[in-house]
Amino acid sequence: MTLKPLEHRQYAHCESGVVTALLKRHGLDLSEPMVFGITGGLTFAYLPLIKITGMPIISYRMFPGAIIKGAVKHLDARFRTKRYREKGEALAELTNLIDSGEIVGLQTSVYWLPYFPPEMRFQFNAHNLIVYGREGNEFLISDPVFEHPVRINAEDLQNARFARGTLAPKGFIYYPVRVNRDIDLHKAIRKAVKRTVHMMLHAPVPFIGVKGIHYMARKIKRLPVREDLRYTRLLLAHIVRMQEEIGTGGGGFRFMYAAFLQEAGDLLGIVPMGEASRMMTEAGNLWRQFALACARACKSKTADVNVGEIAQRLQKCAAQERLVYTTLRSLNL
Amino acid sequence: MKISEVPQDDIKMLQGERKALYAVDEQGRYAQTTTRGWEVEEIVLHQVIHDFEEQAGKAAVRVRHHETSPIEYFMHKSWMDPLTLAQAMGLYRWQVKRHFKPGVFKKLKDKTLMEYARIFRVSVDALRHFHGED
Repeated sequence: MTLKPLEHRQYAHCESGVVTALLKRHGLDLSEPMVFGITGGLTFAYLPLIKITGMPIISYRMFPGAIIKGAVKHLDARFRTKRYREKGEALAELTNLIDSGEIVGLQTSVYWLPYFPPEMRFQFNAHNLIVYGREGNEFLISDPVFEHPVRINAEDLQNARFARGTLAPKGFIYYPVRVNRDIDLHKAIRKAVKRTVHMMLHAPVPFIGVKGIHYMARKIKRLPVREDLRYTRLLLAHIVRMQEEIGTGGGGFRFMYAAFLQEAGDLLGIVPMGEASRMMTEAGNLWRQFALACARACKSKTADVNVGEIAQRLQKCAAQERLVYTTLRSLNL
Repeated sequence: MKISEVPQDDIKMLQGERKALYAVDEQGRYAQTTTRGWEVEEIVLHQVIHDFEEQAGKAAVRVRHHETSPIEYFMHKSWMDPLTLAQAMGLYRWQVKRHFKPGVFKKLKDKTLMEYARIFRVSVDALRHFHGED
């Protein structure tokens, strides 16, 4: 099978972007929203017990690595994946692979990637990028959330691949070895939508799915505005950062999922999926209004933060999302 | 969100980069488009950075008064908390907190100092000879 050369393209989210680009190279030409939707990328989770820099984990998408796993499971793509103990071995293998013409995905820490704008270089260990070539000590990088290809020297790349801490990449490398171009997309889409709907409506724990959004609303309502304005503002800022930061595709992935529903509805010829897509777009719009309210609370110089009103906006997001999922459920896909 | 409504606020944190996202055109069809950032993103990011800088400023004063070590100052400067720093160093949190003590800091091995300096992206000298000039 002949592989297509890699053309750098910008995507909304790093992991779905890398997987989309790698599959495209192997002849399976899907859009990023399609890959995101079929691999089951959408979720909502508020994990109060696991903290990152003192803040709960809030995620609008599945845990890092889930899209790669989803591509294996639901798109019938076989990937070679590896984590390393030895930094030197990881670099040697990467160099060999690249020099032999392979194009690979890597998990890295944003903190160590010099081409990121300085204000975005936090300790976030699950950024995905593509290595497609090498010139001397520099690796050629196609970072899916950037407009243009970039370069990185081996030392920085080693630091980025072996950052320690939560979600430590441990040199994680992955690339497809066999991709089924004749995958039954219709079946994959139906199954994927059902899985996502089920998780968002019937998660067995109170902090995942639609229930999770309500859970977060309750947390916001109970914020100690008067006693601890600093924490109140930091938590609101944290929630919005997780929703809007580079790599989320905006609106906490809701617009990307709406794009998936629209494309899927057209492909399957199911008109009501288009309606579900419009509802999801509205959910994304509500999430953005919620973000705006949080930002106003951060910016206001006085302590008159109305957490009740902010929580109400969030409950609207939850109600709107419930509407999307019940509509999808009623389609009996 | 319509493509025409996608914010183009030219926020500084993106340094001129554009981000891709999905929005609908006038016919309601989804397409990929780009944004120069939304003011909201910058407000919430600066809220977080401002807090770290404030902590760093306070730590600098305490370094001057020999109440804490440069480790704590550079930790805040690198936008980390003790747990994140401990994980990045491969240490326990209590070890990092112990290294905040000026007496303990002075006796740190070169190897440990070098690792801290690497994590903070500063030179060992800058770390060792920081006296609280923020």
